[in-house]
Amino acid sequence: MPVSTSPERERRPGRPSAGRVPWPLLLPALLGLGFLVLPLVGLLVRAPWPTLGRRLLSAEVRDALVLSLTTATAATAVSLLLGVPLAWLLARTRFPGRRVVRALVTVPLVLPPVVGGVALLLVLGRNGLLGRYLYEWTGYSLPFTTAGVVVAQVFVAMPFLVVGVEGALRGTDRRYEEAAATLGASRWTVFRRVTLPMVAPGVLAGAVLCWSRALGEFGATIMFAGNFPGRTQTVPLAVYLAMQRSPEAAIVLSLVLLAVSVLVLVLLRDRWTGAP
Amino acid sequence: MTSGKAVLDAHLVVRRPGFGLDVRLRVGPGRVLALLGPNGAGKSTALRALAGLLPLSGGHVLVDGVDVTAEPAERRPVGVVFQDYLLFPHLSVVENVAFGPRCQGMPARRARRLALDLLAEMGLDGCAAARPRRLSGGQQQRVALARALAVRPRLLLLDEPLAALDAHTRVSVRAQLRRRLAAFAGATVLVTHDPLEAMVLADRVLVLEDGAAVQEGAPAEVARRPRTGYVARLVGVNLYRGRAAGTRVRLAGPPGAEAVLTVAEPREGEVFAAFPPRAVALYRDRPGGSPRNAWPLTVDGVEHFGDQVRVHLTGALEVSADITAAALAELALSPGLRVWAVVKATEVECYPA
Repeated sequence: MPVSTSPERERRPGRPSAGRVPWPLLLPALLGLGFLVLPLVGLLVRAPWPTLGRRLLSAEVRDALVLSLTTATAATAVSLLLGVPLAWLLARTRFPGRRVVRALVTVPLVLPPVVGGVALLLVLGRNGLLGRYLYEWTGYSLPFTTAGVVVAQVFVAMPFLVVGVEGALRGTDRRYEEAAATLGASRWTVFRRVTLPMVAPGVLAGAVLCWSRALGEFGATIMFAGNFPGRTQTVPLAVYLAMQRSPEAAIVLSLVLLAVSVLVLVLLRDRWTGAP
Repeated sequence: MTSGKAVLDAHLVVRRPGFGLDVRLRVGPGRVLALLGPNGAGKSTALRALAGLLPLSGGHVLVDGVDVTAEPAERRPVGVVFQDYLLFPHLSVVENVAFGPRCQGMPARRARRLALDLLAEMGLDGCAAARPRRLSGGQQQRVALARALAVRPRLLLLDEPLAALDAHTRVSVRAQLRRRLAAFAGATVLVTHDPLEAMVLADRVLVLEDGAAVQEGAPAEVARRPRTGYVARLVGVNLYRGRAAGTRVRLAGPPGAEAVLTVAEPREGEVFAAFPPRAVALYRDRPGGSPRNAWPLTVDGVEHFGDQVRVHLTGALEVSADITAAALAELALSPGLRVWAVVKATEVECYPA
């Protein structure tokens, strides 16, 4: 129904009306919103609430959950250790091919994770480009181990951290670093005592994002690390498997991941949902 | 300044597309040099080059005779007070001041002791544990100075040290800063666009315009005998350029309307002539007694400064005149009115161009 604001309607003083929202925008917007929210509602409606507690405590769920939490945390730690310096390099130095390097860093963001898993196998597998020597010299092989899960997660999740931290670094006032340099601080000291504390919120946000991405990792993990309960079967893999046997168990595990996602959103609310 | 023992001896050449800086600086121990100039003149560029934050295209920087041209900022014996202070927001005040000594390898305890002593000297004992942003602008300025002095620099650089303060605080902070600078044994270079700041804080003033030094001298000398329109406007002096023949100076004005100034001391050739706005008297009718410097001019604008009034006049020459509010009322001046402006020959400063 085409409507115009009726002149009789009282307006708040000092607040000019922006006019009605046109329906060609409103209708798709509401459809989109429903599409995003309804599946989550379905998850909540079909959850086996009476048996939820017992199922959460079952060995199968617990093993998957513990494995997921530890590997995601380890992957985040590795990403911080390697990703923050990489972000600094991209944001603070000039070298030939820097744009290419930045593009390469973001490739795993858009690459289907399964492809990432294949690529990891080709490089780090027992017959892989590097994995071959690793196996020859140490008798150790990464694929299908818990460490392999971490490797897959780092590959997929670290770009989130790098992109986030690089943005935070570009957003800081570099004159503080100059001030530190005039006080005699070397570049390493400047990074440690000025740059890092000033981008700490950005690093934290990047780490949370990285962690949640690692927690939800499926494709690269199943390809590179396989699906062994207690060793490489993380929650997303367990969900996939359980869905074929007992959907209730899958729903419970899904609820756990949903709860974690909501928690992450709450942690990041100032950055994303806090926008006016 | 003596040519012997300069703490700072620098020739700064910076070339960038659309901008060039080429200036020589010498500052002796305990001396304060002010770089005065309009925005974009290259003052901050010069300061950054001295600090080692900007590479030179040519020239050199010597501190106590040691060539530091190739040294990065962290290895120069320099302390910098930045325009908006740039106190580290994540560190407390005392940690900010101790930062430099810590970087120089001083043990934490001693660095802290030194920082607390410096803060006490600045009258800031109470806020050592506070975060910088909780401090007032004047306090932040003193913390920034303490932080710069904590590294025991030989060269102290101040970038618009009072610009971030409101007019009221500025006066008291300026007086304190003047005392601190007087106590500093090394050389100080301060950048400002405020002539008063330069006059109060510095022993010498170097005027920069378009990346080059246009005038250098003692503050009073620069104020009394400006050499460019910028400096003249800055110090509030009427400045003209012309050709002198005896005590008569023919001014380079618009053709057909050349004005002639009569001065007290005879000169020959190209000269500057300057007189302060307070030396100008205004009359509605041609004054009697035939004063030699009298011009009929048109009132262009009237500005109030407290109980003083500055009148801008145009015509054969542009003149600023300071009169009292009472005189303004008596003359009933308004824009467009024609009045007679009179200046005594003895009030006109005349010097070679």
